[in-house]
Amino acid sequence: MSKGLKTTLVILGAMVALGLVTLPGLRQAVRRLHSTPRTEEQARREVMQEPISTPTDVEVQAQMYWLSGSSPNSLDPTAIQLPLSADPVERSKQLLNALIVRAPRPERRTLPAEASLLAFYIQPNGTAIADFSDEIVSGMPSGILSEQLAVQSIAQTLGANVTGIRQLKILVHGQEAETLAGHLDLYGLFPVPSLAPAAAPSSPVPAAAPTKTPVTSGAAQTKATGSAPAAAAPAPGKQAPH
Amino acid sequence: MAVVILDPAHGGADPGARGSSGLAESDIVLSYARLVRISLEAQGIRVLLTRQANDDPSFDDRSKLANAQRGGVFISLHVSSTGQPGTVRVYSLPQMTVQQSAASAPRAGLLPWDRAQFKFIDQSRRLAELIQIQMAQRFRGSSETPFEAPVRQLRTVGAPAVAIEVSSVSVPDRAPLDQMGPGLADAVARAVAAFRTIYESGGK
Repeated sequence: MSKGLKTTLVILGAMVALGLVTLPGLRQAVRRLHSTPRTEEQARREVMQEPISTPTDVEVQAQMYWLSGSSPNSLDPTAIQLPLSADPVERSKQLLNALIVRAPRPERRTLPAEASLLAFYIQPNGTAIADFSDEIVSGMPSGILSEQLAVQSIAQTLGANVTGIRQLKILVHGQEAETLAGHLDLYGLFPVPSLAPAAAPSSPVPAAAPTKTPVTSGAAQTKATGSAPAAAAPAPGKQAPH
Repeated sequence: MAVVILDPAHGGADPGARGSSGLAESDIVLSYARLVRISLEAQGIRVLLTRQANDDPSFDDRSKLANAQRGGVFISLHVSSTGQPGTVRVYSLPQMTVQQSAASAPRAGLLPWDRAQFKFIDQSRRLAELIQIQMAQRFRGSSETPFEAPVRQLRTVGAPAVAIEVSSVSVPDRAPLDQMGPGLADAVARAVAAFRTIYESGGK
């Protein structure tokens, strides 16, 4: 056997041994990839929507308004632990992102999972402007009921956790849209019920009583929003600036 | 009251709410509109439809048909994606919009097109009450009191106007929705007849 052939055999042997050693690890890695499939939505969100964190974040109990677990016609407040900023704009962004991604179960969603918040502003007069991606329209179940509950979930979640927001304008991809998904009018401003405690924004929000919050009848809306006007009723003639 | 304008929502390229079994809101509301028309005409009430086939007039075109009439009533028909199947909700615009519109109303007595409904909110609410109670008597689980929501179609109608929404296209086939048609038509016809009496006597 020539010296060159011996060397080749030794190298081949070493490579086979190395392969045998690393094979279990590779198998494990393949199994891991199979067991945790990433949806397109998850992958996009990881790239597009890193969690917002600010130096003033404090872990608090946030009151989130998702669909009731027992009635498809109403919202229920649900307390979750959430790091929230003291800055009202950043705090609102954190809340609306959580409203999209942290629903306890898919059937309690009010906003499409694939939607994202593109921008958020608060004007000095207390008008908040929330600009959502196109998926807020394309992924929204069509209907007066579902569209009204979607807007009310946004307004009530903001009202319960952020002080100083009085009304809400919804934009879609930076533009005014005629309707949310064919029914609900996005022409005007939606009142935001003042449900947040008067304490500083960064203080923990106490958990609300676990009562159902029906919101679709006129009477129930008033009940749910206290002295505030009925939620999801846009005020006419007050257009957000472009 | 001279005429009822029935508005089967959506149509054409816009199917409205879609069920997983392929049901389309636009098809079902058109069949409802035809049944309601028969029931209203049987009461001697003239009826116009905003669409007769699978086309999709704009919100403003539908409002234009209503606003060209004198003494009309506008009823928009919908089927939702969600809600308890077999129930019906009747909507009018919220009252608060009237108060806010008063400050910005034009002096010449003309109604701005984009807020044409605001002068009729009280009458619309009364019509919604009359229809909703009829629905509650026919469809178990339906509310006895009507609802308020900023429905886009209603805002530009210068006449008493309501939206009726049936739940839902989530049912496995359209048979249960079709079965609701005659009851829905009878409920609307009875409520409109009662409203006509109130309307023509000038009461609320």
